[in-house]
Amino acid sequence: MSEAEALVDQLVAAFPALTGRVTVQRAKRVWIDVDRQAFPEVFRRLAKDLGFEVFCMITGLDEGADLGLIYHLARNDGLMANVKTRCPKGESMQTITSIFPGGGIYERELIDLLGAHIEGLPEGARYPLPDNWPKDEHPLLKDWKPKDKGAQDA
Amino acid sequence: MPDKKRTVRVPIGPQHPALKEPESFMVDLQGEKISSVALRLGYNHRGIEKGCEERTYMQDLYLVERVCGICSHSHATAFIQAVEEIAGLEIPRRAKYIRTLIAELERVHSHLLWLGVAGHEIGFDTLLMYSWRDRELVMDLFAELTGNRVNYAMNTLGGVRRDIAAEQFPHIQKIVDTLEERTKYYIELAMTEETLAQRLSGVGYLSKEDAVRLGAVGPTSRASGADRDTRRDDPYAAYDELDFKVITDDRCDVLGRAVVRLGELMQSYSMIRQILKQMPEGPITVKAPLKIPAGEAVSRYEAPRGEDVHYVRANGTDKPERVKVRAPTLANTQSVAKMLEDGYLADLPIVVAAIDPCFSCTDRTIAVQGNGDSKTMGWEELVQYGVRWYRDRGVDPSRIKVRGDESA
Repeated sequence: MSEAEALVDQLVAAFPALTGRVTVQRAKRVWIDVDRQAFPEVFRRLAKDLGFEVFCMITGLDEGADLGLIYHLARNDGLMANVKTRCPKGESMQTITSIFPGGGIYERELIDLLGAHIEGLPEGARYPLPDNWPKDEHPLLKDWKPKDKGAQDA
Repeated sequence: MPDKKRTVRVPIGPQHPALKEPESFMVDLQGEKISSVALRLGYNHRGIEKGCEERTYMQDLYLVERVCGICSHSHATAFIQAVEEIAGLEIPRRAKYIRTLIAELERVHSHLLWLGVAGHEIGFDTLLMYSWRDRELVMDLFAELTGNRVNYAMNTLGGVRRDIAAEQFPHIQKIVDTLEERTKYYIELAMTEETLAQRLSGVGYLSKEDAVRLGAVGPTSRASGADRDTRRDDPYAAYDELDFKVITDDRCDVLGRAVVRLGELMQSYSMIRQILKQMPEGPITVKAPLKIPAGEAVSRYEAPRGEDVHYVRANGTDKPERVKVRAPTLANTQSVAKMLEDGYLADLPIVVAAIDPCFSCTDRTIAVQGNGDSKTMGWEELVQYGVRWYRDRGVDPSRIKVRGDESA
């Protein structure tokens, strides 16, 4: 059995709700689709017990009513677990900084660019938009357009 | 316990003393020692991810190549690999070898560049002159092989744009031989030169636990003993057919980071020789569709500074739904605050330079703040502002004659 298939079995055994929601894309890529409620426990299990100690990044996606979130984790043997979850816009996700202290910057990116709400994030400077950027404008949302496109080039 | 009364807060940046790129440090000092550091990044945010959503895959390839001026091939390859995975394209072996050749040459030029910057930061400018002289050999080679010194544009969807002729191999070989000789000298220097060891040992300490916990990548993590390299662990391009060692070091300081990069240079020379020897015959591209079927993929790539991660989601059109880029410096800056703590202020430039940071440049607007109101200046306005600023101080730029412009 390959490492990826072994991971699928381990996850499904620990979380029966994940049956059919863990897929192997190729030898080193596993995708895990998990509900927001179950996310913290699955994420913690991967990071703490299943060896996924490399935190790569978070991808945020504008999926209409929801924000899609993909947490990319990797193991030292190169196996990558991509944990997908969805969060309705306006509701909040728990921070992952208690597990990965370096993860805060990726969460700040979600806040600035997609308007995500992250609970429990330590105080710090915003990232990556300027300090005087309006708080309610999030450029990576699909319906966001620059207000005055000519202003910057004028 | 830090004595609050005696803490002095020093803002450093965004115009950075060690680099030509902006970032901001708020440094709390107890005497000469740093007690804590707060970072502010983002001065170079150019909205490339948003830009990618509005352009076709082929246009994006050129845009993504400009994420970084040093590891341009790294970003372009990481991006195009993800797109090829979604489209189900298997690129020819020769294309994989050419991508790998350019990738390793890029690592050579990037590590030599770093060696010079590191030398400069500790007042060892001879090293800067030597290593940048050597780096020119690689830059000229890039111009010969790809037509450009940076932004080589070698990749295309389904392979590479240019072939490398067998007649060019001896020249590549000769340059690699020269560089190998010189790198051996630098390694001897790093290992035996007492002043270098004294200046760098114990500076910018990052334990293995902290490197893992804070998500350090590339030579920064390998110099703290983390045995990780995407080229070996999650091989792409032709790396699964090459024989190489992952260089690690357990010094956990700036000297360790230098030793790891010098060791990696030697591995790169060996890999380039293997590539020249094993280069398969055949085509360099496969036919690729303009519209990419719906799907998603994550691509990992060991850039000179650490791991590039690109995520691409396709929606069946010729434009991606989402492109996400994670460059290695973002991962490594998380460790910088830790490295600086309890160190001396004078070590700040070399510690920051030791992660080989890269905050790409070219912002086109400037926000001027004062008296509570802020405004945005365009390029023309900024030029006028500059002219006025100098004129108020007795300099009239319009009277300065530019060579070749006799009418001025």
